[in-house]
Amino acid sequence: MSGSSHHEHDHSLAGQVKAATGESVFNCYQCGKCSAGCPLGPEMDLAPNQVLRVLQLGLPALEEEALKAESIWLCLACETCATRCPQEVSIPKIMDYLREEALRRGVANPKAKDILAFHRSFLDSIKKNGRLHEVGLISAYKMRTMHVFQDVNVAPKLLMRGKLKILPHKIKGRDAIAAMFDRCAAASAHAGQTTGHHDEADKR
Amino acid sequence: MKIGYYPGCSLLGSSREYGESLTAIAPLLGLELTEVPDWNCCGASAAHSLNHKLALALPARILALAERAGLSELLVPCSACFTRLAGTRYELSKDENLRREISRIIELPYAGTTRVLNVVEVLSRAAANGLKEKVSKPFGRKVACYYGCYLTRPAALNTCKRAEDPQEMDDIVKVCGAEPIDWPFKVECCGAGLSVAKLDSVARLSGQIVDDAVRRGAEAIVVACPMCHTNLDLRRDAIQQYRNQQYSIPVIYISQLIGLTMGLSPDKLGMQRHHVPVRFERAAQTISTPAPAAAASAAAPAQAGTAEKRG
Repeated sequence: MSGSSHHEHDHSLAGQVKAATGESVFNCYQCGKCSAGCPLGPEMDLAPNQVLRVLQLGLPALEEEALKAESIWLCLACETCATRCPQEVSIPKIMDYLREEALRRGVANPKAKDILAFHRSFLDSIKKNGRLHEVGLISAYKMRTMHVFQDVNVAPKLLMRGKLKILPHKIKGRDAIAAMFDRCAAASAHAGQTTGHHDEADKR
Repeated sequence: MKIGYYPGCSLLGSSREYGESLTAIAPLLGLELTEVPDWNCCGASAAHSLNHKLALALPARILALAERAGLSELLVPCSACFTRLAGTRYELSKDENLRREISRIIELPYAGTTRVLNVVEVLSRAAANGLKEKVSKPFGRKVACYYGCYLTRPAALNTCKRAEDPQEMDDIVKVCGAEPIDWPFKVECCGAGLSVAKLDSVARLSGQIVDDAVRRGAEAIVVACPMCHTNLDLRRDAIQQYRNQQYSIPVIYISQLIGLTMGLSPDKLGMQRHHVPVRFERAAQTISTPAPAAAASAAAPAQAGTAEKRG
C-alpha cells in the first residue's frame, strides 16, 4: 500500500484515504467538473466536489457527515469524474474507501439501505456458489428489504425467454471462494484497527 | 486463433443471448473461445462497494486460473466484468506488495501475464481482418453505438483512443453496412447496478439515452454490455413510465449485429430473448459510408497502440 503523505496528518480522514488508496484530496482545486458531469449528481446530498471539500477541511464533525452522506452509496463508479478531473483525482477510489469506512464505523446512511441490501445479497450469492445466482440474489434482496412485490411482472417475462435459472451454477472452488471472503473481511477489519480515526494511520 | 474466454455470470442468465451470439459468430471470425476452468464471479459493483481487497481478489482468482491454463489473452465480453478484471490487473501491476498480498488471499500464484481484452478490442481485430468479405447481408440501418462507461473508462486502461467520443464500435458497424449516428450519449451512464435498488434513477438515466437515440433517427441501439442491455431493454417499461412516452427502438448486442450481417438466423443469435422486440418499420437500405475498408484498417494500428500501452 502507498504510504501516507507528509502534509496530511494521519488522524484525518484525508490521511486515511491517502494511506489506503494513494489518492490525495489536496490535489483537488474545486473546479466542480466532477459534480457537473456526475450522472447521480442531481440526487446527491453532498456533490462529489463537496465530499472532497469536507475531507480537505479535515474537521472531525464534518468528516463524519461525509461518511454519513447518501452520496457515497449513489456513486456508480462510472468514472466520468475521474476521466474529466484536471488533477486526475480518482474520486471513485475515494468513494470506495469512504463506503468501507462508513460500514466500519457503523454510520452508513439509512436511505442507502436498499443499495446496501443489494450489494450484500449479491456477495452472499457469490460466497455460497462462486458465481452469481440471479434468482437467489433477487429473493435474498426481497427478504432483506421486504420489497416482496417489486418486479413481479419482470420475472415471468424472463422465464418465458429462458433467462431465469432456477438452480445456481455452483463452481468446484466454492470453499476456496468462501475462504477468500473470510480473509478479505479480516483484512478490512484489520485496516479499520490500524488506520481507524482513534489510532495512528500509518502503523502499517 | 485460440483465445481465453470469461463469460461472466450474466451471460449464463439474464443476458444469455449475448453469450449465444458471441459463440455463434466466433468460429466464423476464426476465434476459438477457451473458457477459463472453474471461473468465479468478478464481484461486479458489489465487491468494490464494500471491500476493496475482495474486489481485487475475485478477479485475481480468475486471472490466476487463466494464467494456469496458459491463456495469454482473455476475452471478457461483459464491460462490467472487463473493467474489474483489467482494473485489477492494472492495480496489481503497480504495487508489488499488493500483488503478493492478493496472491496469498487467493492461494494461487498470480503474475499478471494474461492480457484482458474487451469485446470491441477483439471484434475490431476481426473488422480489420476480413470481416467485410464475410458480410452477406449489410445491416443497412442507422444505429446508435452505445459504449456506456466501461468500454472507455477508466482512461488509464487505454481501451479506446478517445474516452469522451470513442469510434471503435462505430468503425465495426460501418464494416457491417450500418450507419452509426453522431450523438452525445455514447458514454453516458445507464444507471448500471442500481437497476434493482434504485429503478427511478435508472429510468431517468437510461431514458435520456433511449430518447436521444430515437430523436437522432437511430433505428437500433447497439451495446456491448449486459448491464447496459438490461437497463435499456428489460427496463423499457420503467423508462416509458418515467418519461411518459413510448419507445419501440430495439437494443441489440454488437455480436448479434455482426451475426445478422453474416447471415446467421435471428434465433441462433438469441434475438427472441429481448424484451423490446427486434422489429423495424422500414426495410434495410444500402448505406454509403465513406470507405469502411479505410475505417477498418485505421482501427488496426489503434488497437496495436492500446495493446502496447496496457500490455
